[in-house]
Amino acid sequence: MNARPLPASLVDNPRLDRWIHFQPDRTVRIATGKVEMGQGVVTAIGQIAAEELDLPLDRVVVLSGDTTNGPDELYTTSSLSVEVSGGSVRLVCAEVRAKALERAALRLNCSRDDLSVVDGQFLQNGAATGQDYWTVAGEIDLTQTVTGTASVKPVSSYRVVGHSVPRLDLPAKLSGAAFVHDVLPRDVLHARTLRQPNRGATLASLDEAAIRRAAKGELQIIREANFVAFVSPVESVAQAAAAAAPALATWDNARRLEPAQQEAAWLKGQPSDDRRIGAWPAPARPPKRLVEMTVSRPYIAHASMSPSCALATFRDGHLTVRSHGQGMHPLRKNLAAVLGLPVEAITAQHLHGAGCYGHNGADDAALDAALVAMRIPGRWIRLQWRREEEFGFEPVGPAMLVTLHVDLDERGRPADWTTEIWSPTHVQRPGSGSGYLLASEALANPPSEIAPFDPPEERGGGGTRNAVPLYDVPAHRILHHLVMRPPVRTSALRGLGALPNVFAIESLIDDLAARAGEDPVAYRLSILSEPRARRLVELVAERAGWTARGPSGAGKGLGLAVARYKNRAAYAAVVAAVTVQETVKVDRVWCVADAGLVVNPDGARNQLEGGIVQAVSWTLKEQVKLDAEGIASRDWESYPILRFSEVPDMQVEFVDGAGNPTLGVGECTVGPTAAAIGNAVNHALGVRIHDMPLTRERIMAALLKT
Amino acid sequence: MPIAFTVNGEPKRVEAAETATLLDVLRNHLGLMGTRYGCGLEQCGSCMVLVDGQPTYACTREVGTVAERKITTIEGLGTPAKPHALQQAFLDEQAGQCGYCLSGIVMSAKALLDRNPTPSRGDIVAALDKHLCRCGAHQRILRAVERAAATLRDGGRA
Repeated sequence: MNARPLPASLVDNPRLDRWIHFQPDRTVRIATGKVEMGQGVVTAIGQIAAEELDLPLDRVVVLSGDTTNGPDELYTTSSLSVEVSGGSVRLVCAEVRAKALERAALRLNCSRDDLSVVDGQFLQNGAATGQDYWTVAGEIDLTQTVTGTASVKPVSSYRVVGHSVPRLDLPAKLSGAAFVHDVLPRDVLHARTLRQPNRGATLASLDEAAIRRAAKGELQIIREANFVAFVSPVESVAQAAAAAAPALATWDNARRLEPAQQEAAWLKGQPSDDRRIGAWPAPARPPKRLVEMTVSRPYIAHASMSPSCALATFRDGHLTVRSHGQGMHPLRKNLAAVLGLPVEAITAQHLHGAGCYGHNGADDAALDAALVAMRIPGRWIRLQWRREEEFGFEPVGPAMLVTLHVDLDERGRPADWTTEIWSPTHVQRPGSGSGYLLASEALANPPSEIAPFDPPEERGGGGTRNAVPLYDVPAHRILHHLVMRPPVRTSALRGLGALPNVFAIESLIDDLAARAGEDPVAYRLSILSEPRARRLVELVAERAGWTARGPSGAGKGLGLAVARYKNRAAYAAVVAAVTVQETVKVDRVWCVADAGLVVNPDGARNQLEGGIVQAVSWTLKEQVKLDAEGIASRDWESYPILRFSEVPDMQVEFVDGAGNPTLGVGECTVGPTAAAIGNAVNHALGVRIHDMPLTRERIMAALLKT
Repeated sequence: MPIAFTVNGEPKRVEAAETATLLDVLRNHLGLMGTRYGCGLEQCGSCMVLVDGQPTYACTREVGTVAERKITTIEGLGTPAKPHALQQAFLDEQAGQCGYCLSGIVMSAKALLDRNPTPSRGDIVAALDKHLCRCGAHQRILRAVERAAATLRDGGRA
């Protein structure tokens, strides 16, 4: 059999023993570099291993995010975990299964073809042999590199993959300690920080005496250039010191922001790195039937339920860090670079945190903890951010402004399409993006600034993610203005540019349908030849009772949108039903998705639902607010998110896609949900609102205009 | 002066300032880590516990005010091996993603079901509306509470 191309993770980590280890307690440990954030990846990877090894799921233990024993798979991002890490585990397990059966065949003096595996037991022509993985494990050389030549099981024989199994991590989370926050090593010291307000700001004064008075207990103040930490054996003492500190510190070179900078409109005209993608040069002839639309999305927050937290200890020259970051191997490298330690002198292990949906403060807290640990060797440091610190200093999802310039043919269909995008960078992950661990900028020799860049198009782009319509458009091009100096640190947040871009495309398509005097579903189908997307549009329209859609302008609306995430991951079509009075209430959402072979259907549905709720929240409510000093929305009152009383009823389903390869699902619903709401509001009001969030003020303004 | 109260049915005495928060005492004095810190501002509900059966934000409640009272935390409900009907219902519905908000939500649901064994969907929404969930597991959570109510009515373990 010919070797198939190996997934990137196997190219980077070819040794079998990086992935699989047979343990004496008759379990098999499968290691992945991807980490659990509540998305269920550990369970899905366990299912894939159990399937390929023909083991019961309870014999599989998944080790996730461990620099000592696990593979380096960079960050857990972009809905790639099941495709890439799961694909790697499948090939590794198939190969190990083949090796184990070869050894067993030698022992039993039979043909390999006479052997089968049932529940981990090796059978010879259906009869028990007393052999299993553990009896032959010692004879399999797992230091060998994976070849990718072993046959994987046919999908038709699957009995674990494709079936819903409960998440392995949930029972602990429902009954007690479960998160990095909940680990208290003996004699742990609690730490909090005082944050440098911005890169380049220098600490002019710090009233340590007043801070000690406020702390009311044993307190150590650690200062290293412009990095300050408060350390105490008593958590409430460290917390009180940090809460008092910002008012007792003065900074030089603190930047001042203008109110206009919090709006997406500010981005236009700022210095930018401009790129042209697609069908350039644009046609020289003047457009005949030009339609233009501009939409915007403001800065939005990850707003994790837990403030970032990390544990670190430095002893005998070795640093051990426990973190809820999205990539432990990258974290180790980044810490080594800042601390001047060799990479081998650092161990990074993942422990659970609250859902992060992208690049939040988790990695930064790990450096904070490490800096304190280096100054107090031999002790465990537990460093936790304050709530206002999490809101104020996590990287935020970039504001975006998207303008579509579309020239129509004589039938009102797009003939030539230019998407113009203004956005700051979507990836400032240290090591793979244009950013650093936050505290490194406060140290004596901060690393030099990196000119911002976005993920390349072959990885789905950043601001340009989903900028290419799924529809049949003869000529499409993108002009991408990567804004160089945004007022806040920006980085990856679920879907990157997909939400604003899909919102723009699907809003325009609805307007074009109206212009052509056609139903939005019929219009879409007339320019959509992609069969998988067509099927979803037809299905979701049927589920939502689209044909009974009422008249526009009656205060109730139904809107539809469709996209394929990154133009290469899962497809999702969404219909939203809204009621608009002074505010928008999303009453119900229907979603049909095609993700190819779905490993854990209920877990994947949970992801579709979560993406829908988060997108409703972003679309209706969320905006990071700025004041002169930086992010001003630093609690849940100034940064409200969707509540139980506001969450729509949902009906989500996957079409049977088992004949197609697995596609990532984590982010596929966010763009279509936002756009379906926008279209539903347009249907309800008879007027379109182009700027997110769709607040009461914007609705009133739009109604006044009509 | 030690402060005495009951936690999950066991009498406890802790040496803590009366102004210490109940959350701090539960986690750092008593090692009960299932009650989570989210905001410290009574805005998210991650820290919800029951004080004499009433849902209470542990992040701001001063421990001096709970002397001689009965505290219930998530650890007082059940364990993975022997879950309470609410915990089992959350597992049956897979009602959660990251899980950080869940222990507080389960405690508010417990208080609701103790006082109203047959809540409507609207009653459950009203009882949980002070809780935030960022992953978007709300509908599953509502179904889980309905399921637990049904189990308890049928004589399941309370």
